[in-house]
Amino acid sequence: MSKVAAPTAPKNAARGSRVKKFLADNGALVGLFVLGLALFIATPDFLTGPNLLNIGIQASVIAVMAFGLTFVIVAAGIDLSVGSVAALSAMGSAWIFSQADLPGWLAVVGGLLIGALSGAVSGFAVAYGRLPSFIATLAMLSVTRGLTLVLSEGRPIATAPEVSFLGGDLGVIPMPIVVLVVAGIVAAVILNFTVMGRYMYAVGGNTEAARLSGVPVRKVLVTVFALSGLFAALAGLLLSGRLDSAQPQAAVGYELDAIAAVVIGGASLAGGVGRISGTLVGALVLVVIRNGLNLLNVSSFWQQVVIGMVIAVAVGIDSLRRKNAPH
Amino acid sequence: MKFTYPRKAAVLTVSLALAFSATACNRGGDEAAEGSASATLALSTLNNPFFVELRDGAEAAAEEAGIDLEVVDAQNDSATQTNQLATAASSGTDGVIINPVDSDAAAASVAPLIENDIPVVAVDRAVNGAEIESLVSSDNVAGGRQAADALAAAMGEEGQVIVLQGVAGTSASRDRGAGFAEGIAEYPNIEVVAMQTANFDRAEALNVATNLLQANPDVTGIFAENDEMALGAIQALGERAGTEVSVVGFDGTEEGLAAIEAGTMAATIAQQPAELGKRAVEVLDQLLAGETVEETIPVPVTTVNSENVGEFTE
Repeated sequence: MSKVAAPTAPKNAARGSRVKKFLADNGALVGLFVLGLALFIATPDFLTGPNLLNIGIQASVIAVMAFGLTFVIVAAGIDLSVGSVAALSAMGSAWIFSQADLPGWLAVVGGLLIGALSGAVSGFAVAYGRLPSFIATLAMLSVTRGLTLVLSEGRPIATAPEVSFLGGDLGVIPMPIVVLVVAGIVAAVILNFTVMGRYMYAVGGNTEAARLSGVPVRKVLVTVFALSGLFAALAGLLLSGRLDSAQPQAAVGYELDAIAAVVIGGASLAGGVGRISGTLVGALVLVVIRNGLNLLNVSSFWQQVVIGMVIAVAVGIDSLRRKNAPH
Repeated sequence: MKFTYPRKAAVLTVSLALAFSATACNRGGDEAAEGSASATLALSTLNNPFFVELRDGAEAAAEEAGIDLEVVDAQNDSATQTNQLATAASSGTDGVIINPVDSDAAAASVAPLIENDIPVVAVDRAVNGAEIESLVSSDNVAGGRQAADALAAAMGEEGQVIVLQGVAGTSASRDRGAGFAEGIAEYPNIEVVAMQTANFDRAEALNVATNLLQANPDVTGIFAENDEMALGAIQALGERAGTEVSVVGFDGTEEGLAAIEAGTMAATIAQQPAELGKRAVEVLDQLLAGETVEETIPVPVTTVNSENVGEFTE
């Protein structure tokens, strides 16, 4: 009896656990698929080519911002300044072009540098000043938003044509989607195929162990925040490209969307876990919810309720998985 | 705690010094006030061109009237505004012009001012449930009706309309929305097919309008409760703006007027923010001189379209 049963049981169990593992690893993707299916049934406007492109465009700003944030969260930090850094980078870039009358390419490079520099300053404060990243980036949030208002004097500024190009079209493909894909590939390569990427996981997994094994923890921290700032800057340029101007109040509250995207995508705020592909899916989930509820003409108040519940469920699943993990 | 004599003496000296400097400060303040009155302009935000223009108008009028005007920005946070008004009251301001973050919450924060007989004038937004001296504001309900007329005219009095609403709960959004609903109801061939909030924000309006246009491809008119959202909708429409779809905004900001000149926006209902600021300061000046003023002072709004836009852009 046991001879017959023995070989089949482990096989079933193995298959079962493989399905379970897939679901656990790709919970957000499955969620996105279910969400898409529900909206496809609910409204004929959802699954159309133009609407799918819309979703891609609308996800681009948050996703690019969240890619950078993924590095920080993998390294067990948090960056609350990404929205404000995006706004400052966009405003700085527009200022370089409109007020300082410098060429458009310099406006793009300058904008990106402002972001990377803001991030690096946060990184130094965390790595060498021993500030908790929550505090360092909260301070940076305030400083960068303030500087944005100083630069703009509270008014929108026209942006460089090179930046507007980022919000336009490349033939039939919208540029924001091109930027989204390129930024995603670059971020994934950094995280998965470079030594620095390995270090990020090591620092996030166990900082002390990483330090003892010779990982240059401080350099890693400065790098992750600088990268976060750089990606935030790119997101800011993308947003101002879409709006054809840099807005003083641009991207207010986007840091929460970006954090939500990373967390829905399966990264752990405890560090050491997270993937760029997951973050992309997380951003898409947020945008699809908003898009779908707009199409159904549901009030934006309910959208906030729904998004809140999705975040709670995503993190709940994540912590259950961690608890049940075999190792 | 036990003090030694020298320490006691030190404490006493410091306290006395503080007390003297405090009275000296007060006297100095009073003397300064004789020459020119001081007033506080408490704005909900300076994060918006509209309020920047309002401030500029107020500052110009204050200079003319010889009022020393201090401008504080609450950054859209009611609690911050409450603190700022408390500071203003204790720093001996002679009068306050408030642009409430929240009309209901502002009542509590102006109460201490009223108790101390400091005159309070509200500008642009009302203070609910407090005995303030005067409200200087645009007639938003009338403006909403004017917007409906302008949009109907641009659409040939027929078709489908999307409404982009402002921050829920603000009187500006409520009044403009009510006026628009009233006005548009008079055109039987126009149907409002969707209403969503985009929180007075351009980026949000871009996304929301894009989404709504997916669900309602036959729309030929969009009313946005401010110009920022109208500009977002125009961005969402692309080449269809001004040709297939008429957009009407509200506020008459610089960029809104530029969009009318460019032909992408059909009309905007221009408030005159600088005029609002100017009138508010003038009213406060009258109050400080002991005159009585009207409880509500309406500042006219005007429909700006391609025909008269030249008069507003100089």
